[in-house]
Amino acid sequence: MKILVLISNVPDTTTKIRFTGDNTAFDDSGVQWIINPWDELALTRAVELKEAGGVDKITVANVGEKSTEATLRKALAVGADDAIRIDTTANDAFYVAAQLAEVAKDYDLILAGIEASDYNGNAVGGMLAEMLDFNSVSAVSGIELEESNFKITREVDGGSQVISIGGPLVAIVQKGIAKEPRIPAMRGIMMARKKPLSTKEPVEGVNKTQMISFELPPPKTACKLIDEENANEVITLLHEEAKVL
Amino acid sequence: MDFELTEEQKLIRETVRDFAEREIKPVAKELDEKAIFSYDLTKKMGEIGLFGMNTPEKYGGQGLDTLSYIISVEELARVDGSQAATLAAHNSLGIGPLINYGTEEQKLKHIPQLCTGEALWSFGLTEAGAGSDSRGSKTIAVLDGDEWVINGSKIFITNASVDISVGCTVQAVSGEENGKKIFTTIIVEKDTPGFKRITMHGKMMWRASDTAELFFDDVRVPKENLLGKVGQGSHIMLHTLDGGRLSIAAMGLGCAQGAFELALNYANERKQFGKPISKFQINAFKLADMATKIELGRNLLYKACWLKDNGKPYSKEAAMSKLYCSEIAKEVADESVQIHGGYGLMKDYDVERFYRDQRLLQIGEGTSEIQRLVISRLIGC
Repeated sequence: MKILVLISNVPDTTTKIRFTGDNTAFDDSGVQWIINPWDELALTRAVELKEAGGVDKITVANVGEKSTEATLRKALAVGADDAIRIDTTANDAFYVAAQLAEVAKDYDLILAGIEASDYNGNAVGGMLAEMLDFNSVSAVSGIELEESNFKITREVDGGSQVISIGGPLVAIVQKGIAKEPRIPAMRGIMMARKKPLSTKEPVEGVNKTQMISFELPPPKTACKLIDEENANEVITLLHEEAKVL
Repeated sequence: MDFELTEEQKLIRETVRDFAEREIKPVAKELDEKAIFSYDLTKKMGEIGLFGMNTPEKYGGQGLDTLSYIISVEELARVDGSQAATLAAHNSLGIGPLINYGTEEQKLKHIPQLCTGEALWSFGLTEAGAGSDSRGSKTIAVLDGDEWVINGSKIFITNASVDISVGCTVQAVSGEENGKKIFTTIIVEKDTPGFKRITMHGKMMWRASDTAELFFDDVRVPKENLLGKVGQGSHIMLHTLDGGRLSIAAMGLGCAQGAFELALNYANERKQFGKPISKFQINAFKLADMATKIELGRNLLYKACWLKDNGKPYSKEAAMSKLYCSEIAKEVADESVQIHGGYGLMKDYDVERFYRDQRLLQIGEGTSEIQRLVISRLIGC
């Protein structure tokens, strides 16, 4: 059993977001990069499955420039056995999925985070399954290995569903797949240096989307405190300022 | 000059920061208030490999460089002084002398368990009447046949009284030569008859760390428990404290960093006269001074680590780092309380704990006065 975990390199969740080029590009100067939180949970689950036995190898893969290697090293420190970086800019979900399809065909289970905390695309996992003609399940919150199948728990409206499905499988995982992301141990960090991280040239592909512009949400307005004796003012404000009444 | 940390050192910082934020931060306040030593956190620190970071892999350690370890202490202290103290004392004072002066047999017997977080080791130097003047030590060790017999007491010994504290390296007077005391260092395991360990309560700072008073009443240990050579005690102590100074400096640096971040966040949130108080120059300049001191302290300390890792003399820089980083921890924590105003005096605000925790740093492992003495001698006074 070989598992591939797809790793997206995203800005730290506390990053102050700014744009450049007339709001068409994300300004990445001074940004700390991390493993996409959903991918980190997926990797944690993969490591747990390996520790429980039955998994021979965990590979992590990323489509990105050389600067993303620190993120892949961390994935190796957490417990992946080897890493692949496809050396190109990850602009578009279809393009990224097409690159990953080149390296993903030999795996029995592919774990993809349900979304990436940067562009929230929610697309690569499904596209990859289609390109490889693999089975695919989304909103996966639990995964166990059975003799020849995978036992999958997935979230449905108001409850959960347990299914059994054969491989090879792309599981698009969400919160709950692992309790919390695993903190690498010092030993893991040291071993990560010696684990293979290979670079592959991209295959030809097309970017099917183009960024037109970004927009920041309106800044949070200050909270207005109203004296408890002035209840009427609340009504006036709701009526005239917030215009909800 | 290359000031860039290695990829590995960066990842270690990120990892220990994550750990401290996730595991220690939510419980630090309560452990401090109730003065509880956390076996659970100690075990978890062991699981991620923080104990024995500089210890060779052969003895169960991680074999990492000094700077990686110092960064880890700094990151723990950024969140909580008590846990940083448990780690720093154990690695520098507990494992340190054993790894540097132990026989192969002693190392293999004791060190592997000390790298797991399930066993701690202490260093017994200070006595009620022998603080800065460590030569005033009254604890004596006499060789009687095949055994050392130890009598005396020690005070303020970190990691020495909890259940998992399995032994202590004891500094004792073993005789006289030309009218001068000879010091010898001896290993005493916890269940040795006559060895009594009493937890010290009522501390102002590091309240979730373990501090003990030790009593030796005709404690007999095999003569093989000698660490190093007879008469090598002073040398072992001085060498151990050189390394220990780096960890106390890291605690000062981390404490200052933590207190600074609390001040900055608070100053950006707190509004008076219609704007965040960080927009008032008096506070903005305070924060600028804090950040500058921290940057200076970090550069000095990391340089001392670099000297040590490159096999160059580092005693002077270690003493300077300890002096400077512990002093700025005081200044930064003090100003951070000032920025917090009345709230900084309340236990609900973390800065109150930082303000107390920093106060040990100018006293423990050589007072600021002793650091100045060490530096002045090393610069030729």
